[in-house]
Amino acid sequence: MTRLYRILLRLYPAGFRREYGDEMAALFAARASAEGGAGRIRLLAGAAADTVANAVPLHVEMLGQDLRYTARTLRRAPGFALTAILVTAIAVGANTAAFSVADFVLLRPLPFPEPETLVRLCAGPRTGPVGWGCNNQLSPADYRDFRDQTSSFAALGAYMRDAVNLVDGGEPARVPTAFVTSEVLPLVGVRPLLGTWHEPDADATSMPTVVIGHGLWQSRFGGDRNVLGRIVGLDGAAHAVVGVMPPEFRFPGRDVQLWTPLRLVEADFEDRGNNYLEAVGRLADGVTFEQARADLDVIVERLARAYPETNEETGVSFFRMREEFSPRNRLMLQALCGAALCILLLACANLANLLLARASVRERELAVRAALGAGRERLARQMITESIALAAVGGAAGVLVAVLMFPLLSLLVPSSLPIGSVPGLNLRMLALAAVFTALTGIGFGVAPALRAGGRASLDALRGGRAGAHRQRYRAVLVAIEVGLCVVLLVSSGLLLRAVLRVQSVDAGFRADGVLTLRTVLPKPEYGSAEKRDRFYGDVLAQVRRLPGVRSAAYTSGLPMVMTGGIARVVLPGQEVRRDADYRVSRRYVTPGYFAALGVPLLAGRDLEDADATRSVAVVSESFAERYWPGEDALGRAFLFQGSTRVVVGVVGDIRVRGLERESEPQMYLPSSHIGDTPLSFHDPKELVVRTAGSELALVPAVRDIIRRVDPDQPVSDVRTLSDVLATQTAPRHAQVRVLAALAIIALLLAGLGIHGLLAYTVAQQRHDIAVRLALGAEPARIARNVVRNGMSIVLLGVVPGLLVAVAAAGSMRALLFGVPTLDPVTIVATVVVCIAMAATGAWLPARRALRVSPMSVMRAE
Amino acid sequence: MTHARDDIDALLPLPTAAFHILLVLSTGDRHGYGISQDVEAATDGAVRLAPGTLYRTIQRLLEQGLITERRVAVTVDPRRRVYGLTAFGRAVAGAESSRLAELVRLAEVAGLLLEPS
Repeated sequence: MTRLYRILLRLYPAGFRREYGDEMAALFAARASAEGGAGRIRLLAGAAADTVANAVPLHVEMLGQDLRYTARTLRRAPGFALTAILVTAIAVGANTAAFSVADFVLLRPLPFPEPETLVRLCAGPRTGPVGWGCNNQLSPADYRDFRDQTSSFAALGAYMRDAVNLVDGGEPARVPTAFVTSEVLPLVGVRPLLGTWHEPDADATSMPTVVIGHGLWQSRFGGDRNVLGRIVGLDGAAHAVVGVMPPEFRFPGRDVQLWTPLRLVEADFEDRGNNYLEAVGRLADGVTFEQARADLDVIVERLARAYPETNEETGVSFFRMREEFSPRNRLMLQALCGAALCILLLACANLANLLLARASVRERELAVRAALGAGRERLARQMITESIALAAVGGAAGVLVAVLMFPLLSLLVPSSLPIGSVPGLNLRMLALAAVFTALTGIGFGVAPALRAGGRASLDALRGGRAGAHRQRYRAVLVAIEVGLCVVLLVSSGLLLRAVLRVQSVDAGFRADGVLTLRTVLPKPEYGSAEKRDRFYGDVLAQVRRLPGVRSAAYTSGLPMVMTGGIARVVLPGQEVRRDADYRVSRRYVTPGYFAALGVPLLAGRDLEDADATRSVAVVSESFAERYWPGEDALGRAFLFQGSTRVVVGVVGDIRVRGLERESEPQMYLPSSHIGDTPLSFHDPKELVVRTAGSELALVPAVRDIIRRVDPDQPVSDVRTLSDVLATQTAPRHAQVRVLAALAIIALLLAGLGIHGLLAYTVAQQRHDIAVRLALGAEPARIARNVVRNGMSIVLLGVVPGLLVAVAAAGSMRALLFGVPTLDPVTIVATVVVCIAMAATGAWLPARRALRVSPMSVMRAE
Repeated sequence: MTHARDDIDALLPLPTAAFHILLVLSTGDRHGYGISQDVEAATDGAVRLAPGTLYRTIQRLLEQGLITERRVAVTVDPRRRVYGLTAFGRAVAGAESSRLAELVRLAEVAGLLLEPS
């Protein structure tokens, strides 16, 4: 019984327990001995209630005292308090932001009901690596077969992404749109905020409907609830608004704001080579992802046998909706978290250092309090309260820092996932902030506090100096800071080098001064090649007459925008083979394309109008090298789609698939060679204009020309080729910016650490310095000593830091685009930056050492 | 020695436990265990101070200067400390008694006071 009561006594503050514990236990024991069995239980229960009722107020009282004391002492040392709060805020902020974004992208369930059963289905290669995300679109016929021939899905819907011109009385706007089959919205499962989904069985004669996004509803319709039933024009066709989706609904992508019905009619199912659909599905109850994949593989085999012409090489890319982002993105987020943890450690080392320095300063005060009877435990508790108070304030400020950092980090949120660009403030994030605050505050504030509590000895009262080993401990902490800083500097330096390397890749064309815009000619209206060629000819003739225009042409796809359009080519007599060695990139272009894009003509001639009736082609350098190595390609023949073509020109290679990927050799065919097909995938649609003036200044005139040639044809995707090129490196720029921001923070923290340590050392050595000055030492030499001190700490940190950095860089290799992890430029730059930081940090302390006046120091002694 | 009226008033009303302890100590010094037993006896077992309440109140009364720790040459148990009422404590206990008496008088005027059964 009494033993149990003694355990209860542990809930009291130690001081109180020491003072009264024995007597309380004795009182309890006396009462217990007077009671029988049931009475004893009641007594124990009463004692427990009594303990809680009295221990809690005692603790609260003590906390109040400590907090008041803390407030008082911190007011006397505002520099210390501000620094500690700021450092904590940065560490907590950076980590909360980084881990929130990582959690948001990698872990948090998607904002749909039962998100784990949502899957995506696209076409992909039948063999070989599939890569991440949607590899290629599906044809309607393939989609229908996948939908009807498996029971793995509770539902499978298809959609097509595009943008439409929205007209509703105001200024027309181009709005990202998804054309969805009737299955899509119900299977994704998010209910409209207002109204309904599309009517599944609406017949073709009724007016088409549209569901609008929350953002568009707010910006365009002022959040008017009467928007339901409004008629709006989408690409010229009247649509009735039937629903408004909630704000967090971002399907299939972040920007989509309109959902209109996609009604597939029998004609759409005729051509399996016409791929423009993506599918989304929900796994049936009890069906695993793997089972569904196995099911799909069976259908793939069946389709390949039934339709070898189109499907022999067609497989699927099938993935969980949660996983629709690149592995590089995941790696970068992991790197971000690693970098943030570096900042956390750095901040902790910094804080520990600050608190140690402060503990040295306060040693006398603590010794006095100890001499006046404050127990060691009481002093430690006081210091822990101080650390926790500082950490709590810093942590709260850290949440603010995190929110401020979100816009920067949102650059790392993949737009392919159906989520917003920033996580937003929520409980998960606040919990993270609390964890990081506890880590900074308790983990590293408490350790020095305990040391200080334990060392509040008489030495301090006698005016003794801090032990040399504490000084060493602090130097090691600062060296660790430098090391962590090196890790971040090297990582961001390597990423920067990678960007520069990617940017220096020759794209094969000259991007500056090129305007591009798209006009997709509708079929069957433009079903005949002749009619299309007339449109291209009319537009190009007028555009070329515009002032400043050097050249203009149409192409079936812009480099780096359209990366597919792959064909197989063999030499006469060769067997058609399926491996990559026979794949080429195919483009249909009008004459003048190479001049407009700035692709050099290496031999022969450009395509010309008269080629419409000739079996000719222009090929790229690598094409010629592959099929006729070391020989002249001009006049040589090859087989494409069963007919012979003769090479009339050889041009430079283009990075069709992007700066960071190898591209197939290129083949250019006259635009009219597409023939009279109902498909428009290969139709030239991108107008490319090279101008001597400003690209965008041309836009109104070009729009005018197109309107004059055919007023019904819209212009879309207006952009400069420089923008196209810039999007190639945009994710990398984002990576560099994020990591560089963290590296700069690290640099500041480490610099602060060096400064703090040296300033403290100089203050401690005032006496020695004064004596040496008095004995005739050269002041410059004393300043040099201070700087040398700083440099030795830097060296102590740089070497292990570099080792860790190289290891860290190894795990980031996939992001480095071939930049070696031991890149000498980065390493030298890092060391130089660290030395500069140390010199800056040592500057003020060194000056202070120079200003030591022997007389005043001696007098003070 | 007189005590400022304000110092006394600042402590009123006293918590019940504190008033009981002062009442018991007004008749002589006691240690904690003795206090608890005498309070129990004086109230016919109606008030039984639990250890936590007893010693927290003692600590508080010590801090406020209402009681003091007596140095006793010989005690039964050297761990047991003996407490006594200070002059200030006596004054506070008196003031609290007057306050309560005044309350009782008001209750009587209102006809609320019941005959002891």
